[in-house]
Amino acid sequence: MEGKSIEVKNLVKHYGEVEALRGISFSVEPGEIVGFLGPNGAGKSTTMKILTCFMGATSGEAKVAGFDVFEHPDEVRRRIGYLPESVPLYEDMIVWDYLAFVAELRGVPANKREAAIEKTVEMTGLWEMLGRTVSELSKGYRQRVGLAQAIIHEPDVVILDEPTSGLDPNQIVEIRDVIKTIGAEKTVLFSTHIMQEVAAVCDRIVIINRGKLTADDTLERLTRRMRDRFDGFQVSVTPGKKVDAPAIKKALSTPGVKVDEVSREDGALHLRISSPGDQDDLRRDIVASAASGAFELLELSLFRPSLEQIFRTYTSGATEENLDAADTTPAREEEEE
Amino acid sequence: MNLHPIWTIFKREVSATFNSPVAYVVVILFLVITGALFWLPYFQEINILSLRNFFAQAPMFLAFFAPAITMGLLASEKRSGTLELMMTMPVKDAHIVIGKFLSSVFLLAVVFATTFPYAWTLDMLARGFETELDWGATLAGYIGLLLLGSTYAAIGLMASSFTKDQVVAILSGFSICFGLYLIDKLVGNPTGGMATLLEYLSTSYHFNNIARGVITFSDVVYYLSLIGVSLVIATSSIASRRW
Repeated sequence: MEGKSIEVKNLVKHYGEVEALRGISFSVEPGEIVGFLGPNGAGKSTTMKILTCFMGATSGEAKVAGFDVFEHPDEVRRRIGYLPESVPLYEDMIVWDYLAFVAELRGVPANKREAAIEKTVEMTGLWEMLGRTVSELSKGYRQRVGLAQAIIHEPDVVILDEPTSGLDPNQIVEIRDVIKTIGAEKTVLFSTHIMQEVAAVCDRIVIINRGKLTADDTLERLTRRMRDRFDGFQVSVTPGKKVDAPAIKKALSTPGVKVDEVSREDGALHLRISSPGDQDDLRRDIVASAASGAFELLELSLFRPSLEQIFRTYTSGATEENLDAADTTPAREEEEE
Repeated sequence: MNLHPIWTIFKREVSATFNSPVAYVVVILFLVITGALFWLPYFQEINILSLRNFFAQAPMFLAFFAPAITMGLLASEKRSGTLELMMTMPVKDAHIVIGKFLSSVFLLAVVFATTFPYAWTLDMLARGFETELDWGATLAGYIGLLLLGSTYAAIGLMASSFTKDQVVAILSGFSICFGLYLIDKLVGNPTGGMATLLEYLSTSYHFNNIARGVITFSDVVYYLSLIGVSLVIATSSIASRRW
C-alpha cells in the first residue's frame, strides 16, 4: 500500500444546528496504531462514521487506504473493518454462523472463508465460544466477536470505536492485547477516553475536543512538551507552624522562584516549585535550603504530568496554539485532585 | 452488479426466522384463524366447491399479518445498530432491503403452502360427488395470495424502515395496508373516473380479479409497482440516515 492509510482534511460535519466537527485534519501511516482521544461528544464517533462511509460530511475530505470515502465508498468499505461503540451483533446467532455471515457479506471467497474464520478466532481467542449464541456471551467475549467481525476480511485499516468501554479491568487488558495483535499487521485507529489505554497500545495520539483537533503527536512528545511548558519540581515537606508556601519561597534564593501549594495530605505538604532559570540550580537551592534547616524535605522529584493531566490539558478548551494562554491549567487541576 | 449480498442476507433472515419461534407462531396463527374463518361456516352453506371464501378473507387478514412479519426486519436492526454496521460493509442499501423483503416473501410462501390441505380436502370431497376442484382457479388464487402478501410485506418493510420501534412499524404498516384494502369501500357508490381510480388503488379489487381465476396484466403490474415503490422508499429511508 502506498501513501497514507487514513487522511482527513478539514472535515466538517453539522447535525442541523450542531457543529459536531469543525474542520479537523490528521493522517495515519500504514501500520500505525493511533489512539483517537477526546471527551464524550468531542466528535470521535462522528469522524469514524464518516471514515467508514456510514455518514456523509458537510464539507472536507477523507481518504481511507488512498480512496476517497465519498467518491469511492465501495473501495473503502472493502478495505476497512469497523466496530461501532455499541458492538451491534445479531443476538440470536451462533458465533461461528455470525462470523461466517460477516465473512460472506464482506466478500471473502467461499473457499477461503473457513480459514479466515479460524485465523480470526485464533487472534481474538474465541475458540471456546464458537458454538455459543451471541446473547449468551459475556461482555468481554461480545467485544471479541465484535473485533473478530472487523478483521475477518483482512482489511488494511481497522477502525474501533471505544472498544474497551464498559469492560472490567481484566477484560480491558485482554482486549488491549487483541488490539495490539491486530495492530501488528494492520493500521488501527481506535477511540477512547482512557489515557492509560493509549499509553499501553498506541504509537501516536490524536486528541480532539468539541470538533477541533487539539493535539496530534506521540505520547512521549506530548509529555515532554507538557513538561517543558510546566517545568519545575514536585516537593513534599513536613508541615510545621512556620512551614508553608510563602515561608519556603522566602527560604529559597533562586531569583523568580514560584512556590505553589498543591495539597496537604498523608502528613505532608505537597508543593510545586518552579523557576524560569536553570533547573539544576533550582534543585541545588531546594536541597541546600532543606539542609540548612528551613524545612524538612521528604520528597523531591521532577514534575511529571500524569496522563490525566495531559488529557485534561488538551480537552479543556485549549488547543496546541493557545496552550500558552492556558499556562496555569495543570497546576490548578492538580489542586482539584 | 454483484447480487450475492442479497442471497447472504436472505439466508440469514430465513434462518433467523426459522430458528426462532416467530415462524412457527406465524404459521400456526395463520392456520388457526383462516381455518376457523373458512371451515366453520363452510358446512352450513355448502354450495360452492371452491376456496373462494378462503381467498376472500386474505386482503383484510394479510393487511395485519404481513406487517407483523416484517415489523422488526429493519426497525430492530436500526435500534440494535446492526444496520449501521451492515451499511459500512460492501453492501448496497438496496441489497439489504431486497434480501429482507425476499425472506418475508419466503415465509409467506411457506405459510400459504401449509394451507394446501384445504384444497386437497375439498378435492376429496368433490370426488365423492364425482367432480373435482377447479385447480386452475385455485392455483390462480394462490398466485394472487402471494402477490398480495408480497405487496403488504413490502409496505410493512417500508414502515419498518421509518422507525426504530417495532410497534410503530406494525401499526403504521397495518394502517397503510388496511387503508389500501378499504379505499374503494370508503365511498358509497363511486361513479366515473373517481370510481376507476379508487378501484385501481384498492388491493382487494385486484385480488378479487385474480381469486376468480383471472390473472390479468394490469393486476400484476399493480402489485409489482406497489412493491417497487415501497422498496425504493424503504431503501432511501435507510440511506437517509447517512445524511
